[in-house]
Amino acid sequence: MSLVRFIDFLRDRLGLVIKVCIGLLALLIVADIARVLLSQGHEAAAAVGPDLASAPSEVEAVHGFWAHLYHIAETWPVFWSVFGFIACVLIVYVSKWYGHLKVGRTQIMAPEDFYHE
Amino acid sequence: MNELWIHPSLIFLVGAILLPLVPQAARKGWLLLVPILAFARIVTMNPGSFGVIHVANFELTFGRVDRLSQVFGYIMGLMAIVGTLYGLHVKRAAEHIAAWTYVAGSIGALYAGDFITLFLFWELMAVASTFLIWFRGRDRSIATGYRYLLVHMAGGVALLVGIMLTYKATHSLAFNALDVANPSAGTWLITIGFLLNAAVPPLHAWLPDAYGEATFNGSVFMCAFTTKTAVYALLRGVPGFQILIPLGVIMALYGVVYAVLENDSRRLLAYHVISQVGYMVAGVGLANLDTPFGRLAFNGVCAHAFAHILYKGLLFMGCGTVLHQTGESKFTELGGLYKKMPLTFVLTLIGGLSISAFPLFSGFVSKSMIVTAGFDSGKLWVGFFLMLASAGTFLHTGLKVPYFIFFGKNNCKPQTWEKAKDPVWNMIAAMSIAAFLCIFIGSYTPYLYGMLPRQDVVYHPYNFGHVMETLQILLFTALGFFLMLKKLTPEARISLDLDLIYRKGGQGFLWLAKKPIQAVDTFVGEIYNAGGLVPLMRTSRFVGIFDSAVIDGIVDGFASGFRNFGARLRGAQRGALQQNLTAAFGLGALLLLAYLFIF
Repeated sequence: MSLVRFIDFLRDRLGLVIKVCIGLLALLIVADIARVLLSQGHEAAAAVGPDLASAPSEVEAVHGFWAHLYHIAETWPVFWSVFGFIACVLIVYVSKWYGHLKVGRTQIMAPEDFYHE
Repeated sequence: MNELWIHPSLIFLVGAILLPLVPQAARKGWLLLVPILAFARIVTMNPGSFGVIHVANFELTFGRVDRLSQVFGYIMGLMAIVGTLYGLHVKRAAEHIAAWTYVAGSIGALYAGDFITLFLFWELMAVASTFLIWFRGRDRSIATGYRYLLVHMAGGVALLVGIMLTYKATHSLAFNALDVANPSAGTWLITIGFLLNAAVPPLHAWLPDAYGEATFNGSVFMCAFTTKTAVYALLRGVPGFQILIPLGVIMALYGVVYAVLENDSRRLLAYHVISQVGYMVAGVGLANLDTPFGRLAFNGVCAHAFAHILYKGLLFMGCGTVLHQTGESKFTELGGLYKKMPLTFVLTLIGGLSISAFPLFSGFVSKSMIVTAGFDSGKLWVGFFLMLASAGTFLHTGLKVPYFIFFGKNNCKPQTWEKAKDPVWNMIAAMSIAAFLCIFIGSYTPYLYGMLPRQDVVYHPYNFGHVMETLQILLFTALGFFLMLKKLTPEARISLDLDLIYRKGGQGFLWLAKKPIQAVDTFVGEIYNAGGLVPLMRTSRFVGIFDSAVIDGIVDGFASGFRNFGARLRGAQRGALQQNLTAAFGLGALLLLAYLFIF
């Protein structure tokens, strides 16, 4: 089947595929830097989300951690790349930590016959 | 209304009843005809109130047709076609009957204009879907089915008591938005009943338990209907209920954590149902219709439910196909299957990209409405945590599921490998339709957006900033996935969840069921019969009627019905479970009385 052949074709050139992917990531970063640089000067156009300055009555947290983070997200290039990567690492480590928590004599990740069914 | 108004649920029910009478040669035609007719009925219904009947002073509305019920009705009708097509080759008529009855319950609940009608269809849904678990036929399917039914009956009792209290307070049974600014006990209980079906922690453990155990096509139906009917009910009943915002965010993250640990592909998808419904529940919490972001959230919930039904159905079909062909659903028993099941792989991948909200796929145009509403509401943490959960979605459903089934280390036993191949045409066709719609919705926004209830909301997902944001999160999550591949390799273990309480409590619960609860139940029953409580109950005529008609008739009817069914199903082997069932209904009755006293 041609689909399988195509996948095998890519797998045979795994090193090249990885290089292309890394190239795409780099391109994405460059594009985002360009986006933020171009949009500076007219802030509101940068990304989705509220214009914090214009609607203070709707906004609970104009100050504080979340507002600060939001400001960074709006103004720093590659914020969401860093966010995505940290999110991924955080999710994996927190979940694994949780999975190894003790519950009685076992842990959250229990043996398969735990319920004796 | 004098003209004849045909309820779409009726088409499913009649179709289900007649199915065994249809000769084998014409059966496949019938299986396709009935859901297509029902879908045609749904799309041709005019707005308004139909099917209004009067029973014992109550006005029941079976057909409230408006933009909100129509968008949900449309997608559920569509999914019924896809789901039936997927299981077209299943010979046992009873499986189709159960699925259609379940769909009828769900669609009936959507068009219900009052709480009693809603409750009736709500229970029909719970009972019919239980069979989709039992039909798997394993020993543990029986136990899982009972647990599922028990939990839903408990939720049904909460809903019922809430309805009674609401009626006592307002003298209205109309199913409209409740007062969420000053919620009464009735509002809380109704919300709890809805939240249980939406699988909001801590009332969620039934979902992975059931969806991991149902038949290969049963789960395809279940993942589409129960939680999304609950989302509809929440959106109709309690839009803007603030408590739902944190609950939804917790849900979105909770599902992600368990998905990391999970080894069974269908249980992983089930945990991701919880995560995705979390977005919708948070969206319902944000949906304060007096605000622009609330109206955006309102539309966002509908859009996301619509998209979710298709891509989650597609994912369950993909993993269901692997299970159907190989008999395995655990990552530690699979791997490398792209060589044997390339079409299944591509179609599953499309589901994975859609749920992960890749640009041009359906999740991108629906999920972002809720996230944007979160940011716009000023509750910035909502937006950020939902973005975090998005990374988790791609990590597991977009990457882990396809990778460890179709690539990764080949853990297949020789017989698994031997059996693995792309499935029969109808399963491929069903997956292809769902996959096409996932891409169509994502690429041509007017199709979905034109159906949304609030046409005054303007939203454009495709702007450069948004696309860049999404691509960065997703692609760098992918980078993290491949860097941490070793750490993410599934282990042959199960993850304990809150169902531990009612599963492992085994002996303790049995003792509890046998002794004190039964004693109290008998005692209360005696008082009740002696007339001590009856005058109290009669203070409201409604309660009396409700008690005799609904409680005795339906609930007890279910109880004895299922006791009998259970007995036939497996002899007297596991009598304990049936006692549990009885005890649970006793407990339900107690709860009911307790609330009446408190009031």
